[in-house]
Amino acid sequence: MTGVEGYMYPNEITLYWSVLIVLYPYITGLVAGAFILASLERVFRVEAVKPTYRLALLTALAFLIDAPLPLQLHLGHPERSPEMYFTPHATSAMAMFGYVYLWYLMAVLVFEIWLDYRREIVVRSQQTKGLLRLIYKIMTLGSSNISPRSLHIDEKVGWVVTLVGIPSAFLLHGYVGFIFGSIKANPWWSSPLMPVVFIFSAMVSGVAAVLLLYMALTGLRKHTIDMRCVDTIAMYMFYIFIIDFSLEMLDLIHRVYEADESFRSLDFMVHTKLYFSQIVIQIFIGTLVPLVLLFITQVWKHALNDIVRKRIYVLCGSLILISVFAMRWNVVIGGQLFSKSFLGYTTYKLELATREGLLAAIGLTILPFLFLWVLIKLLPPWSDESAQAVASQTRRVAVVPGD
Amino acid sequence: MKFLKDAGHLFRFAGLFVLAFLIFLVVRGYVVPKTFGEYGHYRGATIVEIAARPVKYAGHQVCENCHTDVVAAKNLGQHAHVNCEACHGPLANHANDPASVTPALPDTAVLCARCHTASAAKPKNFSQVDPADHSGGVPCQTCHNPHNPTPGADPATGAMPPAATAGTHAAPDPKTAGGAK
Amino acid sequence: MSLSRRHFLILLPAAAVAWESVLAGTPESSPNYRMSDHWWGMLIDIPKCIGCGNCVRACQAENDVPDGHFRTWVERYHVDDWNMTNPEVISPDGGKEGFPSVNDDPNGKYFFVPKLCNHCADSPCTQVCPVGATFISPDGVVLIDQTYCLGCAYCVQACPYGCRYIHPQKHVADKCTLCYHRITRGLTTACAENCPTGARQLIDLKNPNDPIHAFLKTHSVQVLKPQMATGAKVYYNDLDGAVR
Repeated sequence: MTGVEGYMYPNEITLYWSVLIVLYPYITGLVAGAFILASLERVFRVEAVKPTYRLALLTALAFLIDAPLPLQLHLGHPERSPEMYFTPHATSAMAMFGYVYLWYLMAVLVFEIWLDYRREIVVRSQQTKGLLRLIYKIMTLGSSNISPRSLHIDEKVGWVVTLVGIPSAFLLHGYVGFIFGSIKANPWWSSPLMPVVFIFSAMVSGVAAVLLLYMALTGLRKHTIDMRCVDTIAMYMFYIFIIDFSLEMLDLIHRVYEADESFRSLDFMVHTKLYFSQIVIQIFIGTLVPLVLLFITQVWKHALNDIVRKRIYVLCGSLILISVFAMRWNVVIGGQLFSKSFLGYTTYKLELATREGLLAAIGLTILPFLFLWVLIKLLPPWSDESAQAVASQTRRVAVVPGD
Repeated sequence: MKFLKDAGHLFRFAGLFVLAFLIFLVVRGYVVPKTFGEYGHYRGATIVEIAARPVKYAGHQVCENCHTDVVAAKNLGQHAHVNCEACHGPLANHANDPASVTPALPDTAVLCARCHTASAAKPKNFSQVDPADHSGGVPCQTCHNPHNPTPGADPATGAMPPAATAGTHAAPDPKTAGGAK
Repeated sequence: MSLSRRHFLILLPAAAVAWESVLAGTPESSPNYRMSDHWWGMLIDIPKCIGCGNCVRACQAENDVPDGHFRTWVERYHVDDWNMTNPEVISPDGGKEGFPSVNDDPNGKYFFVPKLCNHCADSPCTQVCPVGATFISPDGVVLIDQTYCLGCAYCVQACPYGCRYIHPQKHVADKCTLCYHRITRGLTTACAENCPTGARQLIDLKNPNDPIHAFLKTHSVQVLKPQMATGAKVYYNDLDGAVR
């Protein structure tokens, strides 16, 4: 009996959902959050966050490409995963993943990015050479029409796509919460609040990720950080985090006060096996500390100079990312540590170099940043560079009117 | 018409979607198993496959067709409802080929103790003894015929004794013998 | 199992007929088995269970159950008079080799509870399967198509009773089939066949002549975790409230 306290049903001793299943809702959450940030500018006309609009879209795409990989790696038979598309089971939340994922990937994100970048894609397909030219040519889908009227149509359609994208992002991540929240056999998961908590924590983590990426990349490019932009993002992050925290506390208080048949068992787990990851990391260091710090920046915004505010934002963003990861960990792993007999506990041993081990998880966390790097190279999100490219094109058009 | 011309690239994108969907439908037609959906949302043929798996325990009905003498002995005592393979192990192969597959004789020291070792967790009316106390290391079958363990029954054949000799079995200690009958 | 005609000749004619019908093919081809005529379940008679572990061993032998995983297992409960709702439960190696002896406890009781898949009529495990690899057969048995299962383990999470596991070599979900390959041939399950006290009995609720109907009229029968509303079809006679 390895790491078992009390009584587990004998088949419960092994945990079947590993760290990769922790990673999967985490990454999906970053996608949804980044997209919501992008939609702030597009749909809600929050002009201040414009510098992050394209970066947010590319970040969402990079992480979305990565999102199904941990699932694939975790499956006993990855080669059978297309069955989810061919014979999806209507009553299974997981079966819908394939379709929601494809819808979100193709109909929302890729389409929106394509519409937004089309002018530059066409321009670059004419300016670049060799393989790069071929790539851009394919991306134009054979249409080089960038007349003002066609771009106007793109703008209108893009707005509609973003509008559709907001509920889609909620759907994508809400369904991830539903996968857990709908399991009546597991009292740690079974809660109608689960999808809502997942959505709000996803938004916080996605916004934090884009904030950190924006600050890091702007620094790397030796440009100055737009303080109005990061202040606004931090403000939204703060408000969403308050909602997220309130919902999680509501769930917690409700559980403690109701104290149903599972309470003794779960309470013991939170005070022992989950104490560090839940109480210390997720709630104290990952939630209360950044909430206090962000509160300070909101109230005494002008008393703090730019450098202090930037440092606070970086610290808070990092803590939030850790906190949300810890939350996913506590849900996924915590939900398997106790026996459904409520009489005992098992232990999760994180393996190192196995298919579902730590190294695989680290690799899958780094991978989206490689995707993002390629995307940024192909489709630079910076307004200054794209402006240059378009300006040179305009000059060329002016010199050779018949081109 | 001018609108259609300026929105032409959108139709190209939509065309890609339609194309991908058509390919999906064609592939789906080939890939989905033929019997999928026969009874419900699953591959109907799997029921046939699962039902066709080999049997390892032949079942007592098959045993009783040949081993009528054992049935007769068993029916006399407490083991009347204990099926053959519960003690002798899975013997479908023996039923298939009685001549060449012969079962090994079970070790009564392990076998009897598994059920009859006394424990407060067992039902009170179930015969249970402390094996060391009860026989002092003498093998169970010295006194009990496993097919008819009734005290006094012939240990070799399981045949019931004439009523007069029913008391020859060493009287079990009521404490260690529990509910032994 | 390969079976040649020659072998039947060795058996008595009557035995040959019986054994042949046992081996007769599949639900489709067998003239003796129609799926729509059955609705399978099991009766566990707790006062009869002696915790010998015969069922666990028989199940493993019949179904090639990998070590450390269980299609059926036996638990021993110890319920203290002063702490009714917090029983002490053990199941060493699923009860496969029986249980250590205990002395009588004046302030509590001991009893055994065999567990297996409940073959729920409203089964939460089949509900969550993303591809239709696990399902309820028309005769009421929860089965797994192991050539179709992804091995995602969602069904393992959804089972309230801990009856499922991922097969360590096949990497697909595995669980009790209620010996579907036996019951469709007119045999009982391996566990019921080998239970020395008759504590486990296969029941067919659609069969009007099944003794279960008379039994249910006169006994207090309960299913495990009725609050889960899974439509469990493993009925427990004399089930203590402390069992979960």
